[in-house]
Amino acid sequence: MMLLDYILTSVAIGMTFLLGCTGEILTEKAGHLNLGIPGIMCIGGASGCLALKACYDLPGFLAVIIAIIAAILGGALMGAIYSFLTVTLKANQNVTGLAMTTFGVGVTKYVMNGMAINATRNYLYALKYFRAPFASADTGLKYWGIMMYLAIGIALASAYVLTRTRVGLHLRAVGENPATADAVGINVTAYKYGATCIGSAVAALGGLYYIMDYMGSMEAYKTIEALGWLSVALVIFTLWRPQISIIGSIIFGLLYLAGTRIPTLLGINLGMSATPLLQMLPYLVTIVVLIITSIGKKRENQPPASLGLSYFREER
Amino acid sequence: MNKQIAIEMKGVTKTFGSVIANKNVDLEVYRGEILAVLGENGCGKTTLMNMIAGIYYPDAGSIFIDGKEASIHSPADAFSYGIGMIHQHFKLVDLFTAAENIILGNHSGEKYNISKVSAEVRAIADRYGFHIDPDKKIYDMSVSEKQTVEIIKVLYRGADILILDEPSAVLTPQETDRLFDVLRKMREDGKSIIIITHKLHEVLSISDRVAVLRKGEHIGTVNTAETTAEALTEMMVGRKVELNIDRPAPENVQDRLIVKNLSMTNLDGIKVLDNISFTARSGEILGIAGIAGSGQRELLESIAGLNPLDCGEIVFNRPKKNLPVSFYHKSLADVKALAAEGKFHYEDGSAVDFTGKTNAEIRALVNAGKVLFNEDDVMNLRDKTPLQIREVGVRLSFVPEDRLGMGLVGNMDIVDNMMLRSYRKGSSVFVDRKKPSDLADRIVKELEVATPNTHTAVRRLSGGNVQKVLVGREIAAAPVVLMAAYPVRGLDINSSYTIYNLLTEQKKNGVAVVFVGEDLDVLLELCDRIMVICAGKITGIVDGRTVTKEEVGLLMTKTDSDVKKEA
Repeated sequence: MMLLDYILTSVAIGMTFLLGCTGEILTEKAGHLNLGIPGIMCIGGASGCLALKACYDLPGFLAVIIAIIAAILGGALMGAIYSFLTVTLKANQNVTGLAMTTFGVGVTKYVMNGMAINATRNYLYALKYFRAPFASADTGLKYWGIMMYLAIGIALASAYVLTRTRVGLHLRAVGENPATADAVGINVTAYKYGATCIGSAVAALGGLYYIMDYMGSMEAYKTIEALGWLSVALVIFTLWRPQISIIGSIIFGLLYLAGTRIPTLLGINLGMSATPLLQMLPYLVTIVVLIITSIGKKRENQPPASLGLSYFREER
Repeated sequence: MNKQIAIEMKGVTKTFGSVIANKNVDLEVYRGEILAVLGENGCGKTTLMNMIAGIYYPDAGSIFIDGKEASIHSPADAFSYGIGMIHQHFKLVDLFTAAENIILGNHSGEKYNISKVSAEVRAIADRYGFHIDPDKKIYDMSVSEKQTVEIIKVLYRGADILILDEPSAVLTPQETDRLFDVLRKMREDGKSIIIITHKLHEVLSISDRVAVLRKGEHIGTVNTAETTAEALTEMMVGRKVELNIDRPAPENVQDRLIVKNLSMTNLDGIKVLDNISFTARSGEILGIAGIAGSGQRELLESIAGLNPLDCGEIVFNRPKKNLPVSFYHKSLADVKALAAEGKFHYEDGSAVDFTGKTNAEIRALVNAGKVLFNEDDVMNLRDKTPLQIREVGVRLSFVPEDRLGMGLVGNMDIVDNMMLRSYRKGSSVFVDRKKPSDLADRIVKELEVATPNTHTAVRRLSGGNVQKVLVGREIAAAPVVLMAAYPVRGLDINSSYTIYNLLTEQKKNGVAVVFVGEDLDVLLELCDRIMVICAGKITGIVDGRTVTKEEVGLLMTKTDSDVKKEA
């Protein structure tokens, strides 16, 4: 029973990684390494919560929809700022991304602190609507709310678009070789903006899911950043494929919870100091995958060729 | 001629900052003709064509297509006018298949169906006589296959006007012939074809008319049938150019670099060099001919100390016997140690014994040239790194095929690139910038490198100028062995002949020159001996003065079975 609960909970937390990872994959496929994902996930959570607080009296179903839209808008806005800086102004992507994370985490702290102190008309009233249709707190499925199906749906849709449609082909071309894409008449800037904004919006949903569904707690925003970094690591683990990221996110969920669950499962007491060691597992696995794919040298498993590079058209 | 005009350019001007790339160009292209656009490097050929293809937009002037004024702001606009350009650097996504690259950027309303595209690609290929597998990934393709994909891509989109930028620069003679056959078929089909090139014999063999550009200006357009190579060159350069390569007889020939039974396997486990043995001699140019990728690159890299070998020896021979010892390469301590080993003798043949002599006396003897070597200085360069080779005093210069990858650092300026060879000199913790700076000035002046100043990043220079900087630096190192791989690839006539003359000059100075070339005509004119390799094996070493082009061509494609038949 404890094992089953461990697995089901892992699937649930995995969805946070899945949303963040799918968002980052879409951005990276356009050739942009968005290290602002952790900050964007935080902003997604914060803007969703702000919207929930504002529409306190609306029916639950509407409240959830509005929160999701708010998170999407918050994420897309962050994506637009990032795109403006890196696509239009051609700023360094790594530095810009890190700045976006710092900015996003800071703003979220400010917003969420205010809401935590002022407990009346709090956003957490919506928790039960998010966890519908399996709202019962008694079963292991208690976290399996609508956003979870949304996450898997988005990942599958992204995989389909990337591999089976013209838009996906164009997007991959932009990330692999923007000069080529430009020469055949693809609007490189539009694809970069589009992929980054949509990717950021998807990642932002991850933050909302974590606060409103998985954790359902006032303090949850404090740990989103760490999960965001794991999502970025998960992109490498999944070899830039959204369909693999569904499995990958569950594996990461298992590994993420290993530190607290496995000692309990085995009935041993590791003590406080050993838990962080087990929490390193997702990162270790990522490094191992990175090494294996580098040895393999298969071109399909490498990051998009122009990842992290700005595209200048007039350069001769 | 009552042919229909396809494109007409009127007064087209384009500037980049203060540089005028094209000035007031008038040019027309007819339907069903092949027009060659000829000019030296940096004369604005490619810029002019890029304006038709929508990469750049003209600052002044207008372009008419089928008699109507067209404004081409982007490659997509160009496609809508039926214009397609095949760039010199292929614009293909390596990770995609041929069919995916061909469909890329196509916004027609049809549903995305890659297998249907593959079938259409095959149909186009059959019609014009291409050979292609639409489902093959680009990274698995040879250069000529990639070019085929580029051409089909343009045809697939229904282009009537094709622009090819230096299409033969990377092809073998046979592949070029095949390409030209295809182009002739397209001409019969009523398509207009523009070829940007600087190879005169190609211009003469394929084009109907030739437009010559010089320094951004259109000098004139002539019918190919009514012109000669000399006349075109004069139009192109603005003065008469001798198209002859001076080939003095080798003097004072000595065996310099002896390669014995060299074999090498690359990272993919393929044997790229198989039992290569040859001798490069001082005062002589040894040409290496072969189809691209036959092991030329690996051979030169092995000699330069960049590749580990399976077996074989690379012996560097510095004739020293009966020549005086100097302090140029050896310190006093070295000289003493060698003397103790009995390596030296006096002029009269008696053994040298420094015991009991003071350092000043030894110095005096050596400087007077009284101490002579017993033996030639022979050393094996195998398994030595480039730095170790330099440290043992072998001045080996290498002009690699990949100029900006292995030869120079693109983002650094000319002076800094000079320092790559001299940064170890001097004893202070600071590098000496004065000498490299002087050297850069000298190279820019003597080789006529077109650059704003010596502090321009090398990657901003055009291909020919990059090559001049690289060759200039390597020659300035006063080499004993000079190896050059495709040093004139992508260069115009004038720059090419500058490079050939530099190589000949080095040969006269007693340098052993190894020249890997692709243009057989040049190899036959320039080299004293030609070594032909095919699939990593030597198929023959012939005399450059007596051999014919056909004989070399046969050796280039000689297969194992041919060799066995002869044996």
